[in-house]
Amino acid sequence: MENGMLIKTTDLTKVYPMGGQSITALDKVNLSFAKGEFAGLVGPSGSGKTTLLNILGSLDVPTRGSAEVLGEKIETLTHRKAAELRNHHIGFIFQTFNLLPVYTVYENVEFPLLLLGMAPAARRRAVLAALEWVHLSDRARSRPAQLSGGQCQRVAIARAVVKKPDLVLADEPTANLDAENSHHILHTMADINRDLGTTFLFSTHDDKVISHLRRKITLIDGRVAKDEPGPAAEKRP
Amino acid sequence: MIIPKLALRNMLGAGIKTWLNAAVLSMAFVTIIGAQGLYRGWDADISRIMTAAEYGGGQYWVKGFDPYDPFTLQDAHAAVPPALTERVEAGKATALLYVPATIYPGGRIRSVVLKGIEPGQKALEFPSSALAGSGAELPALIGNRMAKAAGLAKGDTVTARWRDARGSYDARDLTIVEVMRTSVQSIDEGQIWMPLQTLRKMAGMPGEATMVTLAKDIPAPGAIPGWDFKGLDLLLKDIRDLIAAKQIGGSIVYVILMFLAMLAVFDTQLLSIWRRRKEIGTMMAMGVTRGRAVALFTLEGGLNGVFAALLGAVWGIPLLAYFAKHGMTFTSEQADSFGMAVDKGIFPVYGAGLVLGTTFLVFAVTLIVSYLPARKISRLKATDALRGRMS
Ligand SMILES: Nc1ncnc2c1ncn2[C@@H]1O[C@H](COP(=O)(O)OP(=O)(O)OP(=O)(O)O)[C@@H](O)[C@H]1O
Ligand SMILES: [Mg+2]
Repeated sequence: MENGMLIKTTDLTKVYPMGGQSITALDKVNLSFAKGEFAGLVGPSGSGKTTLLNILGSLDVPTRGSAEVLGEKIETLTHRKAAELRNHHIGFIFQTFNLLPVYTVYENVEFPLLLLGMAPAARRRAVLAALEWVHLSDRARSRPAQLSGGQCQRVAIARAVVKKPDLVLADEPTANLDAENSHHILHTMADINRDLGTTFLFSTHDDKVISHLRRKITLIDGRVAKDEPGPAAEKRP
Repeated sequence: MIIPKLALRNMLGAGIKTWLNAAVLSMAFVTIIGAQGLYRGWDADISRIMTAAEYGGGQYWVKGFDPYDPFTLQDAHAAVPPALTERVEAGKATALLYVPATIYPGGRIRSVVLKGIEPGQKALEFPSSALAGSGAELPALIGNRMAKAAGLAKGDTVTARWRDARGSYDARDLTIVEVMRTSVQSIDEGQIWMPLQTLRKMAGMPGEATMVTLAKDIPAPGAIPGWDFKGLDLLLKDIRDLIAAKQIGGSIVYVILMFLAMLAVFDTQLLSIWRRRKEIGTMMAMGVTRGRAVALFTLEGGLNGVFAALLGAVWGIPLLAYFAKHGMTFTSEQADSFGMAVDKGIFPVYGAGLVLGTTFLVFAVTLIVSYLPARKISRLKATDALRGRMS
């Protein structure tokens, strides 16, 4: 992989069998992402955005072609290796927040660090720092049900970035949020991207998200239709 | 150590649901320990009182005597051998003579066994002293069950007819000098106790006996020709088999209880995995392997057993301790319906083995029942789980 490249896909193809037929969700996608990018996948519904994020996040495997993420070929990873890659290097943010409902905010953010086996003192520092980034230090003891949607998503961001991953994959992170919260979330992520150098890759329909992107990739029918600098490209750090 | 920690967090987080399952399971828990303790206490109790009143330290039976075959009774008598006489005289044993007879209480006919016992004997905890000093020519002692069945009371006389050693019939009136209350049916029903020497004279069997019972803890003097030694293990075997049979009958109740509790756990687990599939997907996205997810959910279910043990301890220990201290009391009718001796009350015995064994059983079964639905996760794709689907 070229120097500084975090992700590289080569003729990445995903075909879902559907009864007798099959659906080509991704069709020979060739994309590379460098460290520190703040990029988004846009495109109509069903164009393959989620499928691509899932494969890059090692939650799914390509049917053909290759996806190399942090030097690992996703198509060759065992289940255990894939889990390890996610655990150490990748954070996920979901449209529906996906917080663990019985855990407090603090415990939700702590979860990935527990999996990493981090020592208690370091863990505590990291969780408090992450809550600081998303401005939720005062809600550490709350449970998800007691928070607004915007606050939930901020907890999810804290959970995704608390282990300082190389890559954060966010699938429509603002789809369930109002305009103000969406901007707030995007600012938070842009700040983390700037301060920690974390690479962010979004999928989105949302113009508010698009306006923050420094790179915008348009997928149509599983193909890369356009790959252009985004509206925020000039803000490149 | 992370999985147990997360499992505990999840279960405590689930709140009331967790405690409801634990409550059901704790009932099974306490019932099993309670019932088993009761049977053990009963067994210990019966062994104790039957040993004290009847079996002593074991019995020598004259050859050919079979308590289950009344036809052997007529000839089951022989002179007490010197080795045993010695012990009888030292108060370390007592000789008993059995003579089959019929009595005619209230004009009806009943078969009984006349049993001769030395009124002054000390080998058994048996109220034989009541037979001494009554002044009656043929004093007789009966148990409360026999008194009730034959309609006899203290001071009554009853005609008895028996065959003596030469085979000729004789009949005399016996005087009931005492009705003893006893919890041991086998020294009560169908028998009339008389002074040994009186019975020997009546039957024409001087110096003879059907059996010689050793006092408690007196070792058997060894093989004696013409006599068979029956140790306590053998004598108590029937009663213990009976208790074991009742124990098995009783265990059906806790099989049902366990089944219900396990059904509740299984159901909760199945539902929980279905409801939390998105959560499982999220955990997988964060790097939890399927194996660890299965372990997590299995352990969560298994914790039901731990919570049940805790909850069971909270209400079960005081309850069981109460019964252990005060005993479970039965009326004499209830006691007889058990078909065997029940003293004033049964004092349950809960051994460490019983408690640990039951705990282990409950834990093991809970883990298995939790594992079965959790296995589903090992076939779950993270992407499907995240989309809220389950393959
Ligand atoms: N598990 C699956 N089984 C079968 N087909 C699937 C599966 N997942 C996705 N698809 C199909 O693959 C195509 C791409 O889906 P994908 O979810 O990646 O689209 P998307 O761009 O994320 O759409 P949206 O904007 O609606 O989220 C769609 O046609 C979809 O129906
Ligand atoms: Mg999508």
